[in-house]
Amino acid sequence: MSEFWINLLAALAKMGIMISIVMGLATLLTWVERKQSAIMQDRLGANRADIFGFRIIGLFHPFADAIKMITKEDFVPPFSDRLLHTLAPVIAFSTALMVFAVIPLGPSVVIAGHRITGQIANINIGLLYIFAFGGLAVYSAVIAGWSSNNKYTLLGAVRASAQMISYEVCLGLSLIGAIMIYGTYDLTNMVAQGQSGYILGWIPRWGLFLQPLAALLFLPAAIAENKRIPFDLPECESEILGFFTEYSGLRAGMFMFAEFIELIAVAALFSVVFLGGWLVPYLTWGADGANIPWCAFQFPWGGMWYIEMWVGKALEFGALFFKIAFMIYFMILIRWTLPRFRYDQVMKLGWKYLLPLAMLNLLVTGVVLVVM
Amino acid sequence: MELILFIITALVALGSAFMVITRRSPIASVLFLILTFFCLAVFYVMLGAQFIAAMQIIVYAGAIMVLFLFVLMLLNLRGTQSWEVGNPLRKWLGFAAAGGILLVAATAIKSVGMIGTELDPALGTVESVGRNLFTRFLLPFEIASVLLLGAIIGTVAMVKQKQSESAEEKGGEEQ
Repeated sequence: MSEFWINLLAALAKMGIMISIVMGLATLLTWVERKQSAIMQDRLGANRADIFGFRIIGLFHPFADAIKMITKEDFVPPFSDRLLHTLAPVIAFSTALMVFAVIPLGPSVVIAGHRITGQIANINIGLLYIFAFGGLAVYSAVIAGWSSNNKYTLLGAVRASAQMISYEVCLGLSLIGAIMIYGTYDLTNMVAQGQSGYILGWIPRWGLFLQPLAALLFLPAAIAENKRIPFDLPECESEILGFFTEYSGLRAGMFMFAEFIELIAVAALFSVVFLGGWLVPYLTWGADGANIPWCAFQFPWGGMWYIEMWVGKALEFGALFFKIAFMIYFMILIRWTLPRFRYDQVMKLGWKYLLPLAMLNLLVTGVVLVVM
Repeated sequence: MELILFIITALVALGSAFMVITRRSPIASVLFLILTFFCLAVFYVMLGAQFIAAMQIIVYAGAIMVLFLFVLMLLNLRGTQSWEVGNPLRKWLGFAAAGGILLVAATAIKSVGMIGTELDPALGTVESVGRNLFTRFLLPFEIASVLLLGAIIGTVAMVKQKQSESAEEKGGEEQ
């Protein structure tokens, strides 16, 4: 088989794996979110759906939700723009999924003599690609709000686009600090750089420790971009009506599902840029004199603990999934802890606090880089 | 393989560009313009200019077109506007302007040479664009940034002026 077909086959396989993981995780998250809210509110939570009396702690609820959404009436409001009304959830869903083309889901592995990287598309502009498709998510909100032909949804769309555009600036500037440190846009390269040496001899060189302010600014900006509490003013369909109020059935479900996919994307991006991706602290790869590779925990206080190669790889895949799962859990925790901001507070936080701090971070990073 | 992709993208680009100027609803025009920009980004990728392709989508499709859409939606133009152009002179001015742009574009393409020119594969990467921008084209780059700064200050000045006017109307209740 020629190199072209192997690459094509690997890319297709990776796409399949990536989509199944993301979709599966997003389905599970609908349950996790409800269960977490139940825990926070001191009740038992989603545990009623059962098949022949088996409830398995409410894990049938995602399927019950899916059946409900598919069988609900799919109502399109009269006088609305039918085509655009249908297009909006598709845009929300596809832009959220497209981002995963450059997010690595693990270290590169060697299969039958071929090196296969952990990301689907290994491109020079990794992070910019994420911005490009992340930025297009605004269209879904704007088109949804406008095409519904309803003043309240239009207002929701205006709120959504103003918020998303404002926080995109801060999101970009906070990540530029990390790009300056790593000197690359490629997410795999960013992770690989974390492998070289330690700060003060024992702290791993992860984005969180190299760019703590950027990490602190990235998280609220990303949550605002994702339109989750405390920044859920564009949606809040229960009280002040959001941009997808006029959607029902599977289309409303697509908007909600897209939000969960974005949540996974944000968690994955944070893990890769700021938490060292798949790196396990002190896990080192090397080769001895006879060029036989080894894998070991090389502790800064001088201990060495050799482990099998496959155990090392499994640990790295596990580490990335653990980090992503932790970030998702953290954001769901925030969602059920904080109340919603007022809209002027959202704008003030974005433009008057996060943006100047992001600029300051860039300035300090630049000065430090020049001096060093 | 690449030729097939090129032909498909070119057809979509031309078709959507044609739709931009023939649709009655301005919203549809904007959406087709976004599709055209996407096709242009695909061309950039095929030329190896990944960075420029990303910028095309982030800046044009992602930011400027959102602004267009925003304004159109707030004005709530639903394709009810008539196509009549009041002054016939305006039509001819439009033709003249389009012809001028075509002439400039044609001259530029002719000076570069069209098909079959060997391109440096590293031309459009982040590194090479950055290096060129900060060495060879430093002066135009800085002038552009001063222009943008002027536009920003102008916008702030206009907003401030409006704010003080409305404050005077309300008898200075709000600042």
